Amino acid sequence: MPDQSASSKVTVGLSSCGVAAGAAHVYDEFRREFDERGLSTPLRRTGCIGMCYREPLVDVDTEGLGRVTYGGVTKEQVARIVEEHIIGGKPVEEFAVRIEGKKLPDEAYYDRQVRLVLRNAGLIDPESIDEYIEAGGYQGLTKALTEMTPEGIVETMKESGLRGRGGAGFPAGVKWDLARQQPGDVKYVIVNADEGDPGAFMDRSVLEGDPHSVLEGLTIAAYAIGAAEGYIYARAEYPLAVRRLKMAIADSQERGFLGDDILGSGFSFDVSVKEGAGAFVCGEETALIASIEGERGMPRLRPPFPAAKGLWGKPTNINNVETYANVPWIITNGAAAYAAYGTETSKGTKVFALTGKIVRGGLVEVPMGISLRDVIFEVGGGIPDGRKFKAVQLGGPSGGCVPEEHIDIKIDYESVTKTGAIMGSGGMVVMDDRTCMVDIARFFLQFTQDESCGKCTFCRIGTKRMLEILDRITSGEGREGDIERLEELGQQIVSSSLCGLGQSAPNPVLTTIRYFRDEYEAHVHEKRCPALACKPLLTYEIDPDKCIGCTLCVRACPVGAVSGERKEPHVIDTELCTKCDACRKACKFEAVIVS
Amino acid sequence: MERIAERSGVPPARIFGVASFYSQFRFEPVGLHIIRVCEGTACHVQGAVDVAEAICDELGVAEGGTTEDGKFTVEPVACLGCCSLAPVIMIDEDTFGRLTPEQARSIVRNYGTARDEGGAKA
Repeated sequence: MPDQSASSKVTVGLSSCGVAAGAAHVYDEFRREFDERGLSTPLRRTGCIGMCYREPLVDVDTEGLGRVTYGGVTKEQVARIVEEHIIGGKPVEEFAVRIEGKKLPDEAYYDRQVRLVLRNAGLIDPESIDEYIEAGGYQGLTKALTEMTPEGIVETMKESGLRGRGGAGFPAGVKWDLARQQPGDVKYVIVNADEGDPGAFMDRSVLEGDPHSVLEGLTIAAYAIGAAEGYIYARAEYPLAVRRLKMAIADSQERGFLGDDILGSGFSFDVSVKEGAGAFVCGEETALIASIEGERGMPRLRPPFPAAKGLWGKPTNINNVETYANVPWIITNGAAAYAAYGTETSKGTKVFALTGKIVRGGLVEVPMGISLRDVIFEVGGGIPDGRKFKAVQLGGPSGGCVPEEHIDIKIDYESVTKTGAIMGSGGMVVMDDRTCMVDIARFFLQFTQDESCGKCTFCRIGTKRMLEILDRITSGEGREGDIERLEELGQQIVSSSLCGLGQSAPNPVLTTIRYFRDEYEAHVHEKRCPALACKPLLTYEIDPDKCIGCTLCVRACPVGAVSGERKEPHVIDTELCTKCDACRKACKFEAVIVS
Repeated sequence: MERIAERSGVPPARIFGVASFYSQFRFEPVGLHIIRVCEGTACHVQGAVDVAEAICDELGVAEGGTTEDGKFTVEPVACLGCCSLAPVIMIDEDTFGRLTPEQARSIVRNYGTARDEGGAKA
């Protein structure tokens, strides 16, 4: 058997999700195997490879054989991969999810993707500036500083059609131009990395997987606008992202991509990381600025926009992580190449965090203009367990639920907004027929209610009242007129709140009422939850014809609500039953009926 | 806070205003380990409520509370950003994903005694 071990390269995906799935143990096991066998095979780490549903992921790249990706790798499988593939030169096909040159079923996950923002994600070691440079990194900055004027960069950004990826979709080039044209010597650039939408992890993955791309984009923006200082405002809940960012800043300072007189151009720029302290509203740009200044993160009235009066009262440009990560690619490859992707009004690509009831969940980057159906069913592989698609939630707590009747819409800012949802930052949570839409609406409202900063009365008290109504409906105490009251309150909050949080807080409720009014009515009028999700509306019973009296459910019940003689049909005491579902899960005969 | 006010010359009320605004400033001592239970959207649709209930029940605390022995604080959080592993909890810096309520119980029960055991692997 030929010894292939020296011509292979092993890469383990070590982003937060990978680590959570056990990737660090897998990495250690490879290290141990290599040391034990005296192999010199390079062992590398990388960020998010993107197939989150298959974590932990391991890439084995062998000269002549190409790249093989193993998914769901366990410590126990490592020895076989080393033995058969790395030493023996024969991939272990039963563990593989991707084999270069072969069409495995998981290939569909990548077929429709276009990875510009995620160009390096899962390929390079995020903690190595050399690998970033080798992959074409800092070419955009070099080009910008040596060949382009600030005006030229702004013009390129405008031509590219890139719109802010944080949610609102304001054209990035126009924003930069506004800040550039402001008088004054002191200006700031800020990265909004306060990714707070539950169900969204695009920015975390970019920061963990390719932090230099964000730094490079930020530095180009600073040069275009004329800023000497920048901040990255990151969530404290993302410790790994913060660590890698700080490391990237130190490395790029050392190489002269940051600091004084960058690349001999005379342009100087410094960046610091500012960690948030846990307030969702700080993702709003004026609140974020207040937070950096050390104040309560409360939004203020715009105008003046940050471009005119931002941090410390100076002209400031704020974009989010994904927006900046696009910039180096656009500068290197040109505006036309970027604008070739997408639709008339929405250019380029968008990264989505595809999660929920989906077969292949993970981080996907698709060209604008692709249909929702293609993302969910082709890229994502549809709904697991043969269940039926019900809705997809876009834009987090500010967004809405898009039902099946609109699933063929093209993904661009305008089409998504027409459905009542918003493009948002890229959270895409898929729901099936077991998800209760009233419960989802209540869930989001609970979140926004909790995170409302309290400045505007309608947002502060209105969301509270809406939440009370939703609590009532989901616990079986809905009253006539509740649905109409929700609609009325929702409209008022939308029109009377200062910032995006309040203006969009009722969206999840309003869109679910619009598309799933029958579910609300079932809760209110019939005290019934059609999706069988709202516990107070459920009853557990045992079908005497199916129950054989095996007593499994008796043992499973934590409150002793099930009784009956062995080999006789059992009964559930509905007074004692806490609806924990343990009996239904324990039953092997499907005798427990939930209604 | 009073010391900060004295040193910085900023009125205590203003400092309290900032401190009480953010969830990461705390007014009560927390346990040795912080268990963050993700209640994000993806976790919610995958059964996070049951996981949270199991953990609280196992430890005998309410959400947000600290165990009597001061070992754990259970803290609900909006999203840990590991949505594809939902439902997720994080104990200090260790993340555990794809949990069932039973697995969550056993992780909490064994944490600190056998750190590497538990349901981290799906």
